[in-house]
Amino acid sequence: MLSIRNLQASIEGKAILNGIDLEVGGGEVHAIMGPNGSGKSTFAHVLAGREQYEVTGGEVRYDGADLLAMKPEERARAGLFLAFQYPVEIPGVSNIYFLKSALNAVRTRNGLPELDAMDFIALVKEKLAFMQMEEELLYRSVNEGFSGGEKKRNEILQMLVLEPRLAILDETDSGLDIDALKVVADGVNSLRGSDRAMIVVTHYQRLLNYIKPDFVHVLSGGRIARSGGPELALELEARGYGWLAGESQAGAAP
Amino acid sequence: MNAPQSGYLADFRAARDSLPGGQAAWMRSLRNAAMDIFMEQGYPATRTEEWKYTDLRALSKGHFTAPHGQPGIDAASLGAWMLDGEPVHRLVFVDGHHVPGPGSPDPRLHGITIRSLRDVLDSDPDLLQAHLGSTVELQEPGFNAMNTAFMRDGAYVRLEQGAVLERPLHLLFLSSGTQDALTAVRNLVIAGPNSRATIIESWASLDDATCLTSAVTEIVLEHGAAVEHYKLEQEAESGYHMAGIYVRQCDESRFSSHNCTLGGRLVRNDLQVALDGAGAECSLNGLYVTHGRQHVDNHTRVDHNRPRARSGEWYKGVLDGRSRAVFNGRIVVHEDAQKTEAAQSNHNLLLSGRAEVDAKPQLEIYADDVKCAHGCTVGQLDEAALFYLRARGVDKAVARQLLVYAFADDVLERMRLGSVRRLLERQLTGRLLPAGMPLRENPIQGH
Repeated sequence: MLSIRNLQASIEGKAILNGIDLEVGGGEVHAIMGPNGSGKSTFAHVLAGREQYEVTGGEVRYDGADLLAMKPEERARAGLFLAFQYPVEIPGVSNIYFLKSALNAVRTRNGLPELDAMDFIALVKEKLAFMQMEEELLYRSVNEGFSGGEKKRNEILQMLVLEPRLAILDETDSGLDIDALKVVADGVNSLRGSDRAMIVVTHYQRLLNYIKPDFVHVLSGGRIARSGGPELALELEARGYGWLAGESQAGAAP
Repeated sequence: MNAPQSGYLADFRAARDSLPGGQAAWMRSLRNAAMDIFMEQGYPATRTEEWKYTDLRALSKGHFTAPHGQPGIDAASLGAWMLDGEPVHRLVFVDGHHVPGPGSPDPRLHGITIRSLRDVLDSDPDLLQAHLGSTVELQEPGFNAMNTAFMRDGAYVRLEQGAVLERPLHLLFLSSGTQDALTAVRNLVIAGPNSRATIIESWASLDDATCLTSAVTEIVLEHGAAVEHYKLEQEAESGYHMAGIYVRQCDESRFSSHNCTLGGRLVRNDLQVALDGAGAECSLNGLYVTHGRQHVDNHTRVDHNRPRARSGEWYKGVLDGRSRAVFNGRIVVHEDAQKTEAAQSNHNLLLSGRAEVDAKPQLEIYADDVKCAHGCTVGQLDEAALFYLRARGVDKAVARQLLVYAFADDVLERMRLGSVRRLLERQLTGRLLPAGMPLRENPIQGH
């Protein structure tokens, strides 16, 4: 589904990603871990098309198409979804209007008719209940005055409504208490399936107790320093990132 | 100063006897005194502090005269400025002359007089002597003297004690688009004790031309009166619009102003409120949306003269192209104005690198027990919010419009009249708003 070769990116002339290679197939869940500053968030944003980052090399194929040539909105309509670490507040735009615009943009692109108001509200209410969110949040401005947990739930709510093919979760666990974490993880797990893939970006192993990855990759210095199965996350939890950094430095020494 | 064209003096001398109110000695001498000041002062130059950012040289080279003949109006052409679903009393003016038509106020409203000012000046001028010009400082650099010398018509509204104007009064001022036309309008509103009224001024053009509108609105609120005033300026983009709204408030009165500027080549609004009574309240809500080479200058001044008065001011601007805006908000809390509460904010959104805003909040406090706050920002569209919308599949162009509209939305939100909000939303469509976007109106409520 997603094929990344030697991806390099920089911001304001500073290189952040220094050649990432990754293959993600349908039905797979990949965890991207790494210390602060290793390029995890940049990686997520580059895949979603954030223009602040300049892609300086490499290639990304998404279902065979050149992902890097697509605008952010085209990527979203093609089924790529980024759950933000810091969801943005947009005063004056109601959450429900935002959700409806987003869903209809995807449906139109896929040749489906726009949902009418009745069908749309029925769909949203079902997802709201699943996320244990108050209906009142729909009528508030997007994320405005939402607590940290509400914002994260709202991201997953959008994901459930949009049903993306490739979901990228950027530090979705940060700032969540354990109950909220379970709700969010249940939401994410409900979308798992053979035709969908997920990239879960996280600093801590905790989230991976609830969203079980098939593969774990560790970013360091803008590269994947190590890849493995779920046991790699446990090892990192036990030994810390220092262990890995030391090892990769040792390995790089002449 | 920039000297006015000598033609104005000839125009004045020729028209003096036929100008409304010519039968009343006090009105003649008021006009004569104003004309002397206008000829002596001319137009303010940018050396004058209050006009520093607004250059009138191009205007001063023109010679604007009142068009001849009685203009007519085709009722069908008014549609664009009607307030949907809002029963109103309406006075329509073309090039500053009242044109009788449908919707004119019922003359039998209890305790309420709504008439053309010209009509009152010609038939009962003495009704006006105590008030006309009482809030207007003729010496102030600007257009007050010119307006006083040349005023031809406008609305006269008088509310007796306790009178309540149930329907809003809609004053529709249309420019016919006659080249070099001078429209000099004076509105006078006297709200008696505990009376209540809502007044909407709409300024629009039937056609585009270089013309000059000079508009002065005087509003006096006696104790306990409540007046809500809307001004929607959307004249064509070659016009000059020079306006003053002068308000005097007595004890416990409440005044709210909603001032939206969308049109015009060069627009100046002077909005001055004298809080002359204890416990009086005013709120000033403003929006300017400019593009191309428009220039919009809002000068507001609130004088807290007595204790326990409250003022709130919220102005927002959205500037595109090479347009320019000025916001000068002055609040003066005088010695006697203890327990004053005053808040002011001005936020500007620049959509283009060539747009410019000059914002100057001025807070002067001479009393010691007061609560005052002000804030002022100039910024650009939030890149993070833009990306967030796009990352959910919203087009870049639509996302931009959505964010701009959202920026301006709280100004609309503060307006009590839904019909005015809807009218503005309609007019902002195309300039700001994606077509058919129900932002505030909940799209699915009721299901």
